[in-house]
Amino acid sequence: MMNTHLNWLDLCSRDDLTPGSGVAVKIGNQAVALYWPEPDKEQLYALAHQDPFSGADVLAWGLLCEQDGEWSVAAPLYKQHFRLKDGACLEQPDVVLPTWPVRFNGNRVEAGLCQTRIRPSGEGQRS
Amino acid sequence: MKQRLIVIGNGMVGHHFVEQWLASTAAAEYELTVLGAENQPAYDRVHLSEYFEQQSADHLRLGQPGFYQQPNIDLHLGEAVTAIDRDRKSVVTAAGEYRYDKLVLATGSYPFVPPIPGREQPHCLVYRTLNDLDAIRSSAENGTTGVVIGGGLLGLEAANALKSLGLKVHVVEFAPRLMPVQLDDEAGALLRRKIEDLGVSVHTSKATREIVSGESARMKMCFADESELETDLIVFSAGIRPQDALGRDAGLKLGQRGGIDVDQHCRTSDPDIYAIGECAVWNGQHFGLVAPGYTMARAAVSHLNADGKVHFQGADMSTRLKLLGVDVGSIGDAHGHTPDCQNYRYTDERTGVYRRLVVSADGKRLLGAILIGDNSYYDPLLQLALNDMPLPDSPEGLILPTTEGGLPAAGSAELPLTATICSCHNVSKGDICEAMNDGATSVADLKACTQAATGCGGCAAMLKTVLDTELEKRGVQVDRSLCAHFSHTRQELFHLIRVEQIKTFSELLQRYGHGGGCEICKPAVASMLASCWNEHVHTPELLPLQDTNDTFMANMQKNGTYSVVPRIPGGEITPKMLIALGEVGEKYRLYTKITGGQRIDLFGASLDELPSIWEELIAAGFETGHAYGKSLRTVKSCVGNTWCRFGVQDSTGMAILLENRYKGLRSPHKLKMGVSGCTRECAEAQSKDIGVIATENGWNLYVCGNGGMKPRHADLFATDLDDTTLVRYIDRILMFYIYTADRLQRTSVWMENLEGGLTYLRQVVIDDSLGLAAELEARMQHVVDSYHCEWKAAVEDPDKRKRFRSFVNVDEPARARIQQELERGQLIPARQLAEENA
Repeated sequence: MMNTHLNWLDLCSRDDLTPGSGVAVKIGNQAVALYWPEPDKEQLYALAHQDPFSGADVLAWGLLCEQDGEWSVAAPLYKQHFRLKDGACLEQPDVVLPTWPVRFNGNRVEAGLCQTRIRPSGEGQRS
Repeated sequence: MKQRLIVIGNGMVGHHFVEQWLASTAAAEYELTVLGAENQPAYDRVHLSEYFEQQSADHLRLGQPGFYQQPNIDLHLGEAVTAIDRDRKSVVTAAGEYRYDKLVLATGSYPFVPPIPGREQPHCLVYRTLNDLDAIRSSAENGTTGVVIGGGLLGLEAANALKSLGLKVHVVEFAPRLMPVQLDDEAGALLRRKIEDLGVSVHTSKATREIVSGESARMKMCFADESELETDLIVFSAGIRPQDALGRDAGLKLGQRGGIDVDQHCRTSDPDIYAIGECAVWNGQHFGLVAPGYTMARAAVSHLNADGKVHFQGADMSTRLKLLGVDVGSIGDAHGHTPDCQNYRYTDERTGVYRRLVVSADGKRLLGAILIGDNSYYDPLLQLALNDMPLPDSPEGLILPTTEGGLPAAGSAELPLTATICSCHNVSKGDICEAMNDGATSVADLKACTQAATGCGGCAAMLKTVLDTELEKRGVQVDRSLCAHFSHTRQELFHLIRVEQIKTFSELLQRYGHGGGCEICKPAVASMLASCWNEHVHTPELLPLQDTNDTFMANMQKNGTYSVVPRIPGGEITPKMLIALGEVGEKYRLYTKITGGQRIDLFGASLDELPSIWEELIAAGFETGHAYGKSLRTVKSCVGNTWCRFGVQDSTGMAILLENRYKGLRSPHKLKMGVSGCTRECAEAQSKDIGVIATENGWNLYVCGNGGMKPRHADLFATDLDDTTLVRYIDRILMFYIYTADRLQRTSVWMENLEGGLTYLRQVVIDDSLGLAAELEARMQHVVDSYHCEWKAAVEDPDKRKRFRSFVNVDEPARARIQQELERGQLIPARQLAEENA
């Protein structure tokens, strides 16, 4: 995903993020949850903001959990965990959320989009 | 056609029989009829004196609510059996005749009233049933003095009951000492001194010659030694006799001194009739305790099932109880009747402690013991005696005080699996281990699946010890770690935060944890930090630790919108405020509903609307209601003596005081309180964590109640408190709960798991046994003093307000993305959407 074919789209500033937690942004008409789990590191993650189990736009507000070095978000309503790096639901692995590559560029935050289409990299659906 | 089983008697043993019977396979082949002479379903006679303290019999009721409404039980109350017709195989009552195939007599016993002339007077009473207690209470209403005839176990219980009615109490005992059956002279004398210190007069070696009319009181007792005593009421408690009249009339074989003779299956001389409990005698012995009665019930059930599992072969008559607040224990051969036995005695007159050991001639086995003043020695000694375990070389060590505070534990690790832990429900150590194999890991689990410690409750501490030892033995390190990131318990972490003055999650994690934290430890630590330092939830370090609801100070609903609950202290609100609330609801098109906690919930706000909604609420004079937090929710109240003709105190005023004092307090779980203005209890205070009920003289304080999924009646903690003491006790109780509870542990479960239970909590809070009271109060005062409305702080600070943007990169109201529809004039989440995602 992180390759030369990506267009980097400016989203917001570093100050807009909540260190150790998530905020919601819009990429086109998509609601996206943007996470900064470790304030002393630069790694960011982005998942769909819509919770597939409730249908509500709430995933940015979930608590971040570390397990064996991997981060996940606990859905605020029904408490499923979604892995930040690939959007997989830990309790129900057939449910996979769309993810986006995101990065800091100085004090700006950017999302990487494919040149040809403005669509999420995964097309996960609840089965 | 099904066979018919009739049980006569619905006391404790009769009830136990019914419970065991219904759980057995044979129950399906019989129709069960229970005939009870009293007009109450079975209740706990062991704790009868609590009837006066709690002013109700509800908590004494045996069995789950609705137990006797089951279709397979036909219970007839207030229907005494007058005769058994063994030829027709039927029993006769005033209402009719009932045919049986098998009959169980559980008629219990009756109080023995010695043939003293004058004993027929109206204020000469007995102490056995709830009706007796009602009679005692009404007799005491216009009296000042009460006498109990009989200084045995039941007599002292009755004395306690009279004392709780405010009478000047005398105990008159025929023998030269109190509790002559269980205690020796020295123990009896010590018990007497302790009881006299409590204001109860004790007269031993006194024979009552007659009872005549009194001069300064209703009656005068004349004793054989020519002395006299005036009294307004007399309670006879001079022993019990088996209620064997039905068996006697039906020609069943009786024991030499009465009682229906039974074999090891509790069968009488008629093979279709069983007798259990205090109406029966086995091997010439009569058992006036509840545990042997329960074993008899099980033996009868076992025989009716023909499974041969339980036989009745006598019972241990050891007793442990608290009489008028004094610990008394008597084990086995307490008097040392065994030939050549050896005795060890320890006495401490200053603190009123006496312990006696009776040891076999070879010094290797414990035969009996007597304890006064400290029953913590009871369990280890009882287990040594019952299980015939070898004694240490110096048995005196078992009763000498230990300087380190540890008991000379007959360590539960050495107990055989057959050792009985709970004698009320016959739960052995083996049963407990089995329950643990099936997954039980706490005292509460064990209580639920084995019933241990749910009878008299005396074995609770022992149960905990067995649990801990067994967990340890299994190498199941009793894992009470908070989560994968902290190997400490909540209690330990709280201590560290407090003592080391830790202010942030990252510092705690760095010093005492590992990894990055999770949805378990983050909110738990946030709550502890708030309990200690009370900083705003939006402090950057604290923000990522909170659950959504705490972060946005509102309650997320199923469609991702939030509900808003302003505080309405005590449920009191001016019309003006009510209108303001209505205007906000209308403006933001919020669905509006009255809550169970006497406030108003406004639903359907999107995240970005919250700050402006709160700006308007704050302007109208509202504060946050903390409906989203593990913190004080509401203090429910009635209107009290301000309006109500029954009210005896200003309950609304007290509720408002309490709500304003404890609002914002962060605790292991949510807290609810209630204040009722009189004993009618309209505020349902007894279902709350803290319940306050007005009395003529002040307030009664109830603790650790719960509604919800697992209701628990609150325990009466203290009575007739003035305002200051009430608040001081609540300060201490709540802070002690915050210090010691587990994560997300409600006060009800905390209490169930608290070693020593209510008594222990009273010691800590009222007697300050841990020397913590001042610290607990100071810490609570800090929380009270540092209170601020966190919504006010949030709307006034642009940085905090930024957090409520639905999207950080576009200014788009989130409400546009939420589908709603109208129902009964209000907006609700779109049903179709909800079902698609259900």
